[in-house]
Amino acid sequence: MIVLRKFLRAFLLLLGMASAALAGPYEEALPRFTSDSYADTDAAIGAVAASGNPLAVDVIEALRDGRLLVGSGQVFIRRASGDLINAATGQAWGNPAGELKPVRLNNRVRRAIEAALGSLTLLNPDAAKRLEAARAVFRSRDEAALPALEKAIAQESHVPVRNALETARAAILLSKQDAPPTQKLTAVQTLRDRSDQEALALLSNLPAHAPPEVVAAAGKAADGIRARLAFWQAFQNVWYGISLGSVLLLAAIGLAITFGTMSVINMAHGEMVMLGAYTTFMVQELIRSYFPGLFGASLLIALPLAFLVAGSVGVLLERTVIRFLYGRPLETLLATWGISLILQQGVRTIFGPTNREVGTPAWMSGALDVGAMSLTYNRIAIVVFAFSVFAILLLVLRYTSLGLYVRAVTQNRRMAGSMGIRTSRVDALAFGLGSGVAGIAGVALSQIDNVSPNLGQGYIIDSFMVVVFGGVGNLWGTLVGAMTLGIANKLLEPYAGAVLGKIALLIAIIVFIQRRPRGLFALKGRVVEA
Amino acid sequence: MTAPVTPTLLYLENVTVSFDGFRALNALSLVIDHAEMRAIIGPNGAGKTTMMDVITGKTQPNEGTALFEGTHDLTALDETAIAELGIGRKFQTPTVFEMHTVEDNLLLALKNKRGPLATLFSRQANQERERIDALLERVRLTAQRHRRAGELSHGQKQWLEIGMLLAQEPKLLLIDEPAAGMTDQETADTADLLRDIAKSKAVIVVEHDMTFVRDLGVKVTCLHEGSVLAEGSLDAVSANERVVEVYLGR
Amino acid sequence: MRTQYLFDRQTVLVLSILAAAAILVPAMNGLVPPGSALHLSDHLVPLLGKYVCLALLALSVDLIWGFCGILSLGHGAFFALGGYAMGMYLMRQIGPRGAYADPILPDFMVFLNWKELPWFWHGFDWFPFAALMVLLVPGALALVFGWFAFRSRVTGVYFSIITQAMTFALMLAFFRNDMGLGGNNGLTDFKEVLGFPVQAGSTRVVLFVLSVLVLAGGYLLCRWVVGSTFGKVLVAVRDAESRTRFLGYRVEHYKLAVFTLSAMLAGVAGALYVPQVGIINPSEFAPANSIEVVIWVAVGGRGTLAGAILGALLVNAGKTWFTAALPEFWLFALGGLFVFVTLFMPRGILGAAGDLWERSSRRLRTRRSPQPFTQAAE
Ligand SMILES: Nc1ncnc2c1ncn2[C@@H]1O[C@H](COP(=O)(O)OP(=O)(O)O)[C@@H](O)[C@H]1O
Ligand SMILES: [Mg+2]
Repeated sequence: MIVLRKFLRAFLLLLGMASAALAGPYEEALPRFTSDSYADTDAAIGAVAASGNPLAVDVIEALRDGRLLVGSGQVFIRRASGDLINAATGQAWGNPAGELKPVRLNNRVRRAIEAALGSLTLLNPDAAKRLEAARAVFRSRDEAALPALEKAIAQESHVPVRNALETARAAILLSKQDAPPTQKLTAVQTLRDRSDQEALALLSNLPAHAPPEVVAAAGKAADGIRARLAFWQAFQNVWYGISLGSVLLLAAIGLAITFGTMSVINMAHGEMVMLGAYTTFMVQELIRSYFPGLFGASLLIALPLAFLVAGSVGVLLERTVIRFLYGRPLETLLATWGISLILQQGVRTIFGPTNREVGTPAWMSGALDVGAMSLTYNRIAIVVFAFSVFAILLLVLRYTSLGLYVRAVTQNRRMAGSMGIRTSRVDALAFGLGSGVAGIAGVALSQIDNVSPNLGQGYIIDSFMVVVFGGVGNLWGTLVGAMTLGIANKLLEPYAGAVLGKIALLIAIIVFIQRRPRGLFALKGRVVEA
Repeated sequence: MTAPVTPTLLYLENVTVSFDGFRALNALSLVIDHAEMRAIIGPNGAGKTTMMDVITGKTQPNEGTALFEGTHDLTALDETAIAELGIGRKFQTPTVFEMHTVEDNLLLALKNKRGPLATLFSRQANQERERIDALLERVRLTAQRHRRAGELSHGQKQWLEIGMLLAQEPKLLLIDEPAAGMTDQETADTADLLRDIAKSKAVIVVEHDMTFVRDLGVKVTCLHEGSVLAEGSLDAVSANERVVEVYLGR
Repeated sequence: MRTQYLFDRQTVLVLSILAAAAILVPAMNGLVPPGSALHLSDHLVPLLGKYVCLALLALSVDLIWGFCGILSLGHGAFFALGGYAMGMYLMRQIGPRGAYADPILPDFMVFLNWKELPWFWHGFDWFPFAALMVLLVPGALALVFGWFAFRSRVTGVYFSIITQAMTFALMLAFFRNDMGLGGNNGLTDFKEVLGFPVQAGSTRVVLFVLSVLVLAGGYLLCRWVVGSTFGKVLVAVRDAESRTRFLGYRVEHYKLAVFTLSAMLAGVAGALYVPQVGIINPSEFAPANSIEVVIWVAVGGRGTLAGAILGALLVNAGKTWFTAALPEFWLFALGGLFVFVTLFMPRGILGAAGDLWERSSRRLRTRRSPQPFTQAAE
């Protein structure tokens, strides 16, 4: 930002030099700020903006932020540092004579500021800046910006910016009383092509003076946009649902393994997720202080470490506690709850109770626009990641000997035992695997959730719902369960609100469990029933 | 329901139970008369226990008819309702209430009102006490009356369970492998007890032990792969070629 | 035989201790002069009263978990519902003395710009109605929930998990302002209960004594239930559920009956709790609270009733001490307690003591009285 601003200033300085005259329009405009009249201020803004003086941006920004001060007929800018600068000369000003008062603002002035800043930067060499400026003009709908817009459109070669500029022009034309109807109709057309919420708002709130044919065209265009938005909104919701479902899948999949093989309710599962998230935090801290260049890869580095950390805690837990509670699922539930309290408090003691900052590598920020929906890269990454973890686990369970043993033990523990499988080792490994996967989930969740000691608590009930809904001992069930719950949740949200939607879903699951106590894809058989 | 109203106590026809495609019972038909004792034999996995599961409502058959006293459709009732009709069951592995005393086990099994309110306000009558005394005598557990059932030996548990069955006063008793884990003497005593019981009630006994079955001296049904392979006296059944084949391996 | 059960050694002991508490606490607070070492200061009375209510809650959990094997991880919900019913009564008692001085509407409704009392608030100004609701609301929820769950034979951990989901859902619901029960802040700023100022020392002493009496009553009720044939059926269900079915018992009716009874006891506990702590808010529904109750029962000894009371008192006293002296370590201690008890003391303090007692008395007598101590095969 700061670099940008400096650049901009230099650029404007060059511009200004070209037209510099000693007492140019800028110097003439400045005193109008002192008259304490909104109309004068408004006019001064326009004049300053048009002057091309290098200080123009500073003056108008200061005005916006209430840092433009006047006193004894002169205008000053107060820097954030508190230093005063003479707006006319750009020189530092030590000790002002008399009292200084900020120039007052009202809504009209604010709009003028917005428009002025917009047009000032419409020609900025940085495309992102230009885009921002075009949006600002769009929002302000200031007729005064029209000439600047036209000029910018004529030069603009970057398509998104050009589109934004054109929409801004359309918006201004629509609200401009004396614009010819043909221009207005074209504007409607432009807005219809833009086809988003803002365009819709513009089209459905035409000023009273709009000619009837324009009103009719706008009405039709608005309907079209509404239909399109509703269409994309449905996709957007499904996408949110898939994204939530992926989060649930990540959180629940490790649980499905431990619950499936050992019928053990591991209440500390959420804490394994939390450990994974804190591992990510640690990795990033180390990278920040020792290898800043590696930051982009920090998550990839954190993955195996999180697996190891959470996995070893899981194995430890199994060997020292859960092993002794085999066949007593309710006691296991209580003991692991105790462990979860200890882990939470441990992390709280070491890292403090507040949220820890886990950064997002540059490649994961930003968003992909598809139609009228916007898919953020970090969500995309999580969805892809969740499915990859699922696929890898599926392969591990299918093609490795550990997987074979785990499946055998899941289906019939006693039989597996009598066939020479060392069930207790399988238990420990399966527990380690499940916990490790939870740790990996923590790496992903650190990107979208607060990394705090309570991170895991938020997921435990949901994860159980997923596993129970999908059916125990079946990874596909977990996938279907996670996606169903995620999507149902997000589809309900617009109608019921987030909380009621969630409550409705919990109730639905409670009812569902009662209809199918073993879940959607339950294993059948005598052993499971016992 | 087009099934005939039969005078028989238990009527199974064409009962099929499949687990994920595997047929544990395959078009099984069986008829038991009032006050008849029947021995069921068959190799492991023949479907004997599954048959009892169907009769007692634990497993729903995929197909077939199961009638009790000609009118009650067993496939439509649950375990509790079937028990109330008068079918009692002893499990393959003895299941008694281990934390309760022998006496309480029998008390719970006594034929009484079974509703929560009835049991909450029930007071033990002398009559019940006498019934329990008699039952204890009959299954030879008088001395163990106040011990916890969990502390009994395997054989004693089997007997306690039979005692509980008697306490229920059922019309039909299903007894799954009563002699398993018993000494020879205990086995012989059990056979005596069952014969005695069979004087007044219908009994179905599943057993592997051939001496035991011979001791019972009743009609024998041999199951194999979920259907009846042979039926008749023990001698006739053991002379049956296919039975021999099944038992001695293919 | 039944009377012998009702007044066994344990019962006599529990009742005497409770009677002593009901006499000593008021005496030490009111009669002993403040300077004396035996004086019980005013702020300790409601604290003790709070423990007693929690003990009643633990008792209700033990009734279902200890004797019927039903592990509810949502009993805090019934407690909180009872508490809310009482809280609504106390809110209505405030009358025009609230900050906004509205004669009918509680402050939070005025704040939310509501114009009239929601329908479910009617009647709560009348104590007998509120008292009835304390029983009926938790009871009805338990009845409906249990009817669904037990009928479809949801058992074991599955049942535990859905009870947890139930209390979680209720917590979310009660956090909403639209629920009409004070949202986040819950119900508080009570002034009077039955015309007596809630803050007054004398009221608190009376509330304490009342809580002790109710606890004693609850204990006797539970004792009677578990000593009856009904109670024997419960233990039978706990140890061999399907066997009980084959004996002709409708297991789901039994579970439903005892679950509902237990929920009502929890509701009463909540109702007594609220005037003593002066607030009820949605955090009472937090799943963690309900799990904590279970550990009180486990510490004292599951399936002993007296153990539930003992465990609740011990753990809560420990919590009070820890959170004052070593706040950082309370969760370590509580977590450690969960692990320790399940691993090394599965039958709790009373269970372990009972073992010792039995072992020594076995040398004297071979006969033994029936005691449904736990340690069931799940
Ligand atoms: N719930 C079930 N799920 C799958 N297979 C079952 C189930 N119950 C019984 N079976 C199978 O049905 C067959 C018959 O079992 P069972 O009736 O126990 O035989 P038996 O008592 O004659 O030894 C066995 O192969 C058993 O594995
Ligand atoms: Mg069998």
